[in-house]
Amino acid sequence: MATRVGRTGRRLSVRFLLISLASLVVTLLQAPAGADSVDPAAEARAFRDYFLHKFPNVKPDDFVNGPYALNEDMRRQWEEKEQFPPYEFSLENGKELFARPFANGKHYADCFADQGIAIRQNYPQFDAASGKVVTLELALNQCREANGEKAISYTGEDMAALTAYMAYTSRGMPFDIKIPNDPRAIEAYENGKRYFYTRRGQLNFSCATCHVQNPGEHLRAEVLAPALGILNAMPIYRSEWGGMGTTSRRFISCNSQVRGVPLPPQSDEYRDLEYYLSYVSNGLPISGPGSRP
Amino acid sequence: MASSIRVRAIAKGETTEVQTLIQHPMDSGFIKNDKGEFIPAHFITELTFEHNGRPVFIADWGTAVSKDPYVKFAFKGGAKGDDLKVSWIDNKGGTDSATFKIQ
Amino acid sequence: MTTSIGRFPVTRRLVLRGAGFVTLAGFGITSFAPAALAAANDKYPEDAFRQKDGKEAIRLLYGRTAEPSDQIKLDAPEIAENGAVVPISVSTSLPNVTSVAFVVPANPNVLAAYYKIPEGTMPDIANRLKMAKTSSVIALVESGGKLFSAAKEVKVTIGGCGG
Repeated sequence: MATRVGRTGRRLSVRFLLISLASLVVTLLQAPAGADSVDPAAEARAFRDYFLHKFPNVKPDDFVNGPYALNEDMRRQWEEKEQFPPYEFSLENGKELFARPFANGKHYADCFADQGIAIRQNYPQFDAASGKVVTLELALNQCREANGEKAISYTGEDMAALTAYMAYTSRGMPFDIKIPNDPRAIEAYENGKRYFYTRRGQLNFSCATCHVQNPGEHLRAEVLAPALGILNAMPIYRSEWGGMGTTSRRFISCNSQVRGVPLPPQSDEYRDLEYYLSYVSNGLPISGPGSRP
Repeated sequence: MASSIRVRAIAKGETTEVQTLIQHPMDSGFIKNDKGEFIPAHFITELTFEHNGRPVFIADWGTAVSKDPYVKFAFKGGAKGDDLKVSWIDNKGGTDSATFKIQ
Repeated sequence: MTTSIGRFPVTRRLVLRGAGFVTLAGFGITSFAPAALAAANDKYPEDAFRQKDGKEAIRLLYGRTAEPSDQIKLDAPEIAENGAVVPISVSTSLPNVTSVAFVVPANPNVLAAYYKIPEGTMPDIANRLKMAKTSSVIALVESGGKLFSAAKEVKVTIGGCGG
């Protein structure tokens, strides 16, 4: 029974995919080339509409739950796990780390607006001084270094714990990423988009191959998550990792999975990618920390 | 050092529902590390719950219980404010114990 | 269904149960029901946990074979999202339950968990288990001195035992 429904759904979604892809292409083509005429807001709407058409039964806010929004059997397993989620220990650790003073007596809270509470939805930000994108992970390490502390690993447990805690204080708040009227900000957004749609690795996959064209489908054993809302759940506890991972770790593992060469964490490309992907999910609630297979 | 044990014990009418999450690697002994060597088995063998000194649930676990193990059960009796003591031992002699108040 | 007791006349478990009751009663603790006492005093069934064969693990644990029962509700996913963490729960309307166990025959060690249920505790348990590959999951329920079982197949595409 479930299989039959699934098959019909897949056939339908293929049709939707074609229609929606066509409309996406049309939208993208309508915007003439050139950084000065890029309309990120219109692109974000088209991006969102594509997923809403592809999955008409999924509520917009539910996309932040990744594959669990698309697969009923997996959703039940996730709901069971959420009763006492596996990221619980990391979350508590993050709260402790966040409150622990630096050697100079200052705190992480001193580096952020509103003492760092309920601000995760505002990251990444475009920093006019450096002309670059600043992600939450980067801002945390900048905060450490400004206070005479060593940077911590972007892929390690402490960074995952800190961002888990900060995401938790922002749960339910919509992503609110700003692209200021600065050509460098638009360029960063454009770079992120280009990275997202460029094929790479021995499998010759782009990010979009999996997360725009094929969400809900199986890639080997995994159910692919939709790109819409994918960063809202970060950081995530993955059963595959047996632990927590940051956005940096996720990007690196995505590149490895298509047998490409991952970039260093928080390289310009990854920062721009996070900027683009977060921007197109504007309006969807922060759900992190999340758990995934 | 924070406790390895997290408990949510909630009294609802006649019964108390208990959920527990424990931080433990639960290494099965069947997984290899990056060097290709088997990680030795390291897992909780016995987990005990006592309500006001009386055992209400005893778990004997093998290598197939997931990392950071979770278990849920319910027992009759138990009121808000009662003590629930949770303790575990593992195959390497490690142990931890904590007492929680029923909510 | 109890003939296996005849074939394996005295199991370690039954001996320990008896011994436990006598010992604790000797200390004057008499307010517990015998089942609770036995449950509280059982030793860790190491031999059963080392077994590679499902039937043998059940024999070592209970000294008998199990009868299928439709009064056991075993809840497990059709396809495990990851074999490392498979949520599995069981509840039953069978009376006087003294223990519940989970066996995964395709795992390297087949016995996953054994729960002792003292009197007053509900036979309603949820836990998360590792599964190496696609397998049935067997829930065993010891009720009124008899052994019952229910099974469900769980497909595993990402194994929970490495490799």
